[in-house]
Amino acid sequence: MDKTAETTGVLSGAAATRTDGHEIKVAASNVSVFYGEKQALFDVTIDIPGRQVMAFIGPSGCGKSTFLRCINRMNDTIDICSVTGTIEIDGANIYDPKIDPVLLRARVGMVFQKPNPFPKSIYDNICYGPRIHGKARAGSEMDEIVEVSLKRAGLWNEVKDRLKEPGTGLSGGQQQRLCIARAIAVNPEVILMDEPCSALDPIATARIEELIDELRERYTIVIVTHSMQQAARVSQRAAFFHLGRLVEEGETDLIFTNPSDQRTQDYITGRFG
Amino acid sequence: MSATTLLAIVLALSLIGYLWGRANAGALKRAGQGMHSIPAYHGYFVALSCGVPAFLLVLIWLAAQNTIIDSIVLAGLPSYVTDGVESSRMSLIASEIKGIAGGRIFGTPDQALIDAAERYNALRGIASLGMAVCALALAIGGMIYARSRLSPEFRARNRVDNIIRWGLIVCSILAILTTLGIILSLVIESLAFFARVPVFSFLFGLEWSPQTPMRADQVAAAGAFGAVPVFWGTIFISAIAMFVALPVGLFSAIYLVEYANHRVRSVVKPLLEILAGIPTIVYGFFAILTVAPMIREFGISMGLSVASNSALAAGSVMGIMLIPFISSFADDAISAVPQSMRDGSYALGATKAETIRQVLLPAALPGIVGGVLLAVSRAIGETMIVVMAAGLTATLTANPLEGVTTVTVQIVTLLIGDTEFDSPKTLAAFGLGLVLFISTLALNIVALQVVKRYRERYE
Repeated sequence: MDKTAETTGVLSGAAATRTDGHEIKVAASNVSVFYGEKQALFDVTIDIPGRQVMAFIGPSGCGKSTFLRCINRMNDTIDICSVTGTIEIDGANIYDPKIDPVLLRARVGMVFQKPNPFPKSIYDNICYGPRIHGKARAGSEMDEIVEVSLKRAGLWNEVKDRLKEPGTGLSGGQQQRLCIARAIAVNPEVILMDEPCSALDPIATARIEELIDELRERYTIVIVTHSMQQAARVSQRAAFFHLGRLVEEGETDLIFTNPSDQRTQDYITGRFG
Repeated sequence: MSATTLLAIVLALSLIGYLWGRANAGALKRAGQGMHSIPAYHGYFVALSCGVPAFLLVLIWLAAQNTIIDSIVLAGLPSYVTDGVESSRMSLIASEIKGIAGGRIFGTPDQALIDAAERYNALRGIASLGMAVCALALAIGGMIYARSRLSPEFRARNRVDNIIRWGLIVCSILAILTTLGIILSLVIESLAFFARVPVFSFLFGLEWSPQTPMRADQVAAAGAFGAVPVFWGTIFISAIAMFVALPVGLFSAIYLVEYANHRVRSVVKPLLEILAGIPTIVYGFFAILTVAPMIREFGISMGLSVASNSALAAGSVMGIMLIPFISSFADDAISAVPQSMRDGSYALGATKAETIRQVLLPAALPGIVGGVLLAVSRAIGETMIVVMAAGLTATLTANPLEGVTTVTVQIVTLLIGDTEFDSPKTLAAFGLGLVLFISTLALNIVALQVVKRYRERYE
């Protein structure tokens, strides 16, 4: 496993470069998560390269979503949850007390399992983020952000004539793309996706997977998925979690064709999980 | 035999009927018969057939007995006692007879009345014996009839279901009929009032002084029944109450749901609910003994003139009473917003306050509005606090330091003391009551509609 991030100076801010040419965007080392007394994640150390799709796979309850929620410090919103270890984004530790989690979350967007548009208009859903971060003034500047975000999320043509209608009135797949557009609107560097297609039908799923493939040109994407096929289709790298531990991580093709760990082999061939 | 003993016997008979029916069905079952219903239902069927008709008979008998005996006894009085006596005097005679029958004899009553009392006692004895015989006959008859119906194919299960269904229907009809009766009595008395005072001048008149002359030759005001100042008082005090209750209730709910940890919540929430359990008369004490003097002294120190029964005192204490009401509705509404909304907002880098203001409150708004409307309707109908703390004179003022009166206060004062139920002064209470009823009913309907529509959205 590549350990370059650990040797990189925390304060240098310079990201390490991998041999395959992709710079490391997120570097986690020895991350453990506790829910009260119970430990949910054990010493996870992983590098996530930029402008690629990294898939977290593993059986339910293996800690992959828990780890995902560490990357934007969403676990901070749960009272009993505590995190140890470091996660660096571009070489700066996001668990440093100087880091404001609120600002961090503007850099690390998130898309959830179930589409969760706010009960507001489509337009207001998109400009919620830019508005609270003061990224744009109301008016033409905001209109542009809304249009660009919706276009990047591949939703513009479907909703451009009904931006004032409530976002909750869209279909499930459209709602999920609205949520992606909402995350894009604050111009994040990393987008975390927690089983983004598990509540969608196959056609909407295909649409989102296509979108993920397009988005990796601009953003670093980490996706948690239960579907092996999905991981194989959208990701360049994959990490297999089991019982709160990172079992192995590597290029998706390698993980799926020639895993080095027996547990990975068993899981992807459907022997458990 | 007293009615209580009788009912106990009927109950015991039902129990016997249950055991009998069940034992019989059990025997059939053991004999290898295919049964439609399990033995317990056969038992229930016999028990209900035995108990329910007898119980109803006793109730009806008790209700009718007194009227019938009274009229028989009074009809049997010699003509020199009854001739030319009004009906109100007649009921006095009836109660005198009952008094003699019960052994409470004052002075030397007329021999005719003593005879009547004896007849009364005799009739009562016959009636109670008759009731016992009829009820027991009905109970035993019902039991035997039900027992004779039992057979392996008998659908005891469905029969019992039917009987229970009818029991439930009767209960709900009783509740509805009672409500209708209350409305009807209110409407009838109000119509009597509006026959004396025109509706228009009642609803839009600006002067309220319901003192009418008691005697025809008395020198007194003619009485003015313009209810606008009274309605205004209610609206004004309710508005002050909501001004206190809304922010405090809403913000405490937000704190409890979004900020407080589990420990704080488990202490504070029950405390708020204690506030809801305080009887309104205690709030009244608080208003009149603590808040009103405080406001008065503060006002005087500022050089303001403050009425001792200021609208501010009554309204603010009523507001305190409504805090738990609003807080619990807002709590429910905010808790009902799915966690995914909060997550979505936090994941975009919103702070807690931004999330609450821009996502949670808009999403919870219909529920909160529903709770507020219900609170307003409680404020309008609230009586005890304002009777104790608000004024009696109907003034049309927007100054919270002056005293105003409310609809409920006026109703109470109009109906207290020696009253005759055909003067406009007394009947005005019913007019006010009708308006109060209609407005709170409308508010409740709107509020429940709003709450209902809100619930449909997330379920």
